[in-house]
Parts: sequence; structure tokens; C-alpha cells
Amino acid sequence: MRIRHPNDFLTAVMFILFGAAVMVLSRDLTIGNAAKMGPGYFPFVLGGFLAVLGVAILLRSVFWATGSHAWPVLHIKPLVLVLSSVVLFGQLLRPLGLIGATLVLVIVCSRASHEFRWKEALLNATVLVLIVLVVFVYLLEFQVPVWPSFLTPRA
Amino acid sequence: MELLANLALGFQTAVSPMNLLYCLAGALIGTLIGVLPGIGPVQTLAILLPTTFSLPPVSALIMLSGIYYGAQYGGSTTSILVNVPGEASSVVTCLDGYQMARQGRAGAALTISALGSFFAGCFATVVLAVLAVPLSELAFKFGPAEYFSLMVFGLIGSIVLASGSILKAVGMIILGLLLGMIGTDVTSGAHRFAFGIPELADGIGFVSLAMGLFGICDIINSLEKREKRDILKSKLTGFWLSKEDIKASAPAVLRGTLCGSLLGILPGGGAILSSFTAYMLEKKCSRNPESFGKGNIRGVAAPESANNAAAQTSFVPLLTLGIPPNVVLAMMAGAMMIHGIQPGPRVITSNPELFWGVIVSMWVGNVMLVLLNLPLVGIWVRLLSVPFRWLYPAILLFCCIGLYSVNNNTFDIGLTAFCGLLGYIFHKLECEPAPLILGFILGPMMEENLRRGMLLSRGDPSVFFTRPLSLAFLVLAAAMLLVVALPGIRRGREKAFKEE
Repeated sequence: MRIRHPNDFLTAVMFILFGAAVMVLSRDLTIGNAAKMGPGYFPFVLGGFLAVLGVAILLRSVFWATGSHAWPVLHIKPLVLVLSSVVLFGQLLRPLGLIGATLVLVIVCSRASHEFRWKEALLNATVLVLIVLVVFVYLLEFQVPVWPSFLTPRA
Repeated sequence: MELLANLALGFQTAVSPMNLLYCLAGALIGTLIGVLPGIGPVQTLAILLPTTFSLPPVSALIMLSGIYYGAQYGGSTTSILVNVPGEASSVVTCLDGYQMARQGRAGAALTISALGSFFAGCFATVVLAVLAVPLSELAFKFGPAEYFSLMVFGLIGSIVLASGSILKAVGMIILGLLLGMIGTDVTSGAHRFAFGIPELADGIGFVSLAMGLFGICDIINSLEKREKRDILKSKLTGFWLSKEDIKASAPAVLRGTLCGSLLGILPGGGAILSSFTAYMLEKKCSRNPESFGKGNIRGVAAPESANNAAAQTSFVPLLTLGIPPNVVLAMMAGAMMIHGIQPGPRVITSNPELFWGVIVSMWVGNVMLVLLNLPLVGIWVRLLSVPFRWLYPAILLFCCIGLYSVNNNTFDIGLTAFCGLLGYIFHKLECEPAPLILGFILGPMMEENLRRGMLLSRGDPSVFFTRPLSLAFLVLAAAMLLVVALPGIRRGREKAFKEE
């Protein structure tokens, strides 16, 4: 057996797993009956549909797909750097304040570009910190900690 | 006469200094971001959604519509000048627009695109105003069964006209419906799929989902591609149209407008389909079709008018029936819900000033775009020469700050990163995220109507087939699915999307 269409195959696996998980989780909720549907009824039915659909796509990807299709190629670097810069910003905003979190976000996500240069990234970060301070803190009066929490006295 | 009174009410709302300002700001910011390659109206709306939350609902919607038109306009500008469509609906504009630019007629192409869009916008505003009242009255006659079937019809329609595999698109809709179930069930109050996380009790935030799937995911994809852009170096001159240009493009604008207005109303229709159809129609009507693709001004005039007309008339199903016909309108629907307005036939009676104000503001926004963008086009071009590696950190930063401002919590930022990861996986697996967003928006409504319909019929599902309107919607939906499944049409469809 050869997988003729890897993308469709992986999509099918995703649909089947997701559908099955929803069906299992729905069983903890009240399912009810057709006339009086509980909170679990619609998700249970949809999860079933999704799983069946997944099986159909799976069969198609293995038996009927025509032409040649490649396995998807992942580029880990931009993915990880961009996502982690966003997550870091969220985690650091309260303890480090807006300025610190902005610096971290800009520098981490800038590294995702293949044309990354330290000088440029630092310059970009400085400019963005200034813009953020002027626009969000002074003009729009955002309710957000600006400085690190260990530098500000507790109120 | 009632129509005139309604439009007058709309004018009062839209022309108030505050709303004019928001309309202007929306149109400008929308163009600014829409000009950036790879960022079209959907991404622009997703990124800018949080900025409108602190405004009153009318101003927020006016600004969002401004962003929408601005982004669309920005997309056409980049298609003409650098052959990079900012969004799918201006792909066709590249064909003749970029050729015109290479022949030194970029100015004329930009002018006809602006004027054609303006004419189309005016016409479509009238269509919207005329159709709104009777359609929303019709919608009041709908029971839960009709609504459920209408939503099925709308969802199926949206995927039939999209590219890619139908089966996968159906799967994405179901995924979207399921994601919409997360949180507290309205009827029973039970928590569903919240995994004990308190922030998930209100469900996944629409902003997080939209921003993750479109904003953040598209940045990652652009970083992977490492593409280089050619910037048009020649000076922009000659914005005036010659007599021959006007003579050639006037009928094209008219045909494009009619075509777009009609296709915009259909579920799944909208800007992409209509610009493509208008271009084909223009080629068919032409006495020398071989001149298309070589810088024929009609090839710019028709699709640009059509996509603007469709962008406007696609508000009809959202504002009268509560069904967003495409993903951009799903964004608008999401924004309305965040402001506590349920899109649907009730908007027109309960918030008349919002309804008519937004309609008139679309027209006002179009006037502003014509007045502002032709003089500003030089700035937009210069913006294009700013390297992407400087721009995307700024976009990410504004996304994050915007996200934090929605609820003043950092959970949403993490959730958005997760949605970005999901979006990346979908992109790699060639699954379109647009049907997922539509499903997410319609999910809760669909479930509610299904429950009510079945409760009223005491569990007898035949209610969906015995009520004539409901049956009609379901038959239409089934017919659409059957039609795309037929081998001959499937081949034609694949060919059509390849040409895009």
C-alpha cells in the first residue's frame, strides 16, 4: 500500500482523530434525544460526520488519488520563532512591562527572517518601542503596565 | 419615498464629524495595510478588529467597512504597480493592469480602477438599500427550520465556489462548527470542551481565531517563501484618461457593476468570483479578445468595478438574513456580535441608524478613496519598497497589543499563537481556513435553530423537508453539491481556478 496523496492522508487522519475525540468528549455531556437535544447532541453528531468524512478522504488518498503529490515540507525556524515571540510577549507583558515585552517580541521574531541583522533588529525595536509609547500609552491611554513590575512600587 | 427617508437617516449618521473621521481613518489604514503584499482584506480586518472595540457600534462598523474597502483598493494598487495581488479578488486585475503599467500607463489603470470602483460602489449602495427592506421582511417569516436550511445552503454555497477539494472544505466547515461549540451552552448552561480552563467558558474569542488563522499564519508563510519583489521604478504620470479610454471602459464598467452586484448577493459569491466572471464576460463581449492580457483597459475596468460592487452587495445577506456569504463578511459578523448586535433581519428595525448609517458610509468611504488615493498613490508605492523584515515585527506587535486590549488578559495572546499553529498546519495540508471561519460564526445559530426546529416538531426531522422554503434551500444545496461532483464541471472548475 502506498499513500498517493500525503496531504489528503494527513488531513484525513486529523479529521478522524478530531471527530473521534469530540465524540468521546461529548459522552460526558447530556446527549438527550432528537426532540429534546442536550448539549452533547449536536457535537456528537458533527464529530461522527467529521470522522466519516475523514475515512472517505483517507480511502481516496490511498486508493484513488491520481498524479504525484509530495509530502509537506516544514520550515521549523520561522514557525517556532514567530509563534514563540507571540507567546513570550503574552507571558512577559505583566512581569516585564510593555517596553521589555516589545523588545523581546521584536528581537525574537526578527530572527525568523533569513535576512536578519542584529543592528537592524535593534534599531527597529527601538523605533517600535517609541511608537508604542506615543500611540498606545500617551495617545490612546492603554491600561497596560509599562515598566517591569519589580521596578514599580506596589500600590 | 421611504427609501429616501431611510437614506437621509443614514446620511445624518454617516456624515457626523466623528463618523466621518472614523470612515476616513478606516479607509486610510485599510489601504495602508492592504497595500502590503500578501495581506488582503481578510488579514487586514483580522489584524485591526481590536482597534474598533472601544468605539460605539455604529462608528466601529463604519470604520471596519472603511478598512474593508481601503484594503481592497490597496490590493488593486499593488496588482497594477508590482504585479502582486494584495488579495484574491485582484488577481485578475494583474493580467491587464500590470501590462498597462509596463507600457507606462499605470496612471490610467489606477484612475479607471478608482473611478470604476466608485461608480460600482454608488450603484451597489442603491441595490443594497432597495433590497434590504423586502428581504428582511421575508426573513421574519422564517421559522427555525427555514433558518437551519438557509444556513446549510449558505455554507454549501460558500465551498462550492471556493477552490480545492470539496470534501476537505466540508470537513473544515464541521471543524469550524465544532470550535464554535466550545464554551457555555446557551440552552443548558453546561460547559462544553472547556477542559476546566476558565477563560474558555466564554468560548474561543473570534479575534484570536481570525488573527491566528489569517494574520499570524500568513506572516509565517511569507517568511518561508523568501520571495523578492520587483518594484516599479518608473515615475507615475498620466492619471487622466483619454477619450478612447473612456469610450472603451464605460460599457465595461457598467457590465462589471451589474455582474458584480448580482454575484455579490449569492452565498459564496463576493469579490473573487465576480471579478473573475466579469473579466471572462468582458473577453467574450470583445471584438478582439486577444488584446486582453496585453494591457487592455477594459480588462482593468470590468473586474475592478465588479469586485467593488460585489463587496458591497455581499452585505445584503448578512444584514437581512444574518448569513455571511463569504469570509470577509464573516469578519464583519464577528465584529457585530462582539458589539452585541446579532446580524439578521432585526438589525434594520431595532438599529435603523446603524443599518442605514453603515450603508451610506460605504458610499462616503468610496468618495474618500477616490479623493485620497490617487494623490497618495506615491506614498503607497514607497511603502511597498520597505522590506518585509522591518514590517512584520511591527504587525505582530500591533496584533499582540490589540489582543491584550480586548479583554485586558494575556490568555488571548497565547490562544492566538495556538490558532496560528493550527492555521500553519491547515496551510501545509492545503485546507482552506475560510470555511472554518464561516462555520465558527454560524455554528451556535445553526445548533439553536436545529434544536428549536426539532423541539417544535417533537423530534420529527421531516419538518425540514415538508416546509416549502426549507425544502427549497436544501434542494438547492444538494443540487450545488451534485453539480460540482459531476466530472465535466469538476474539470472546468479546476481549470478556472488554475487560470486564476
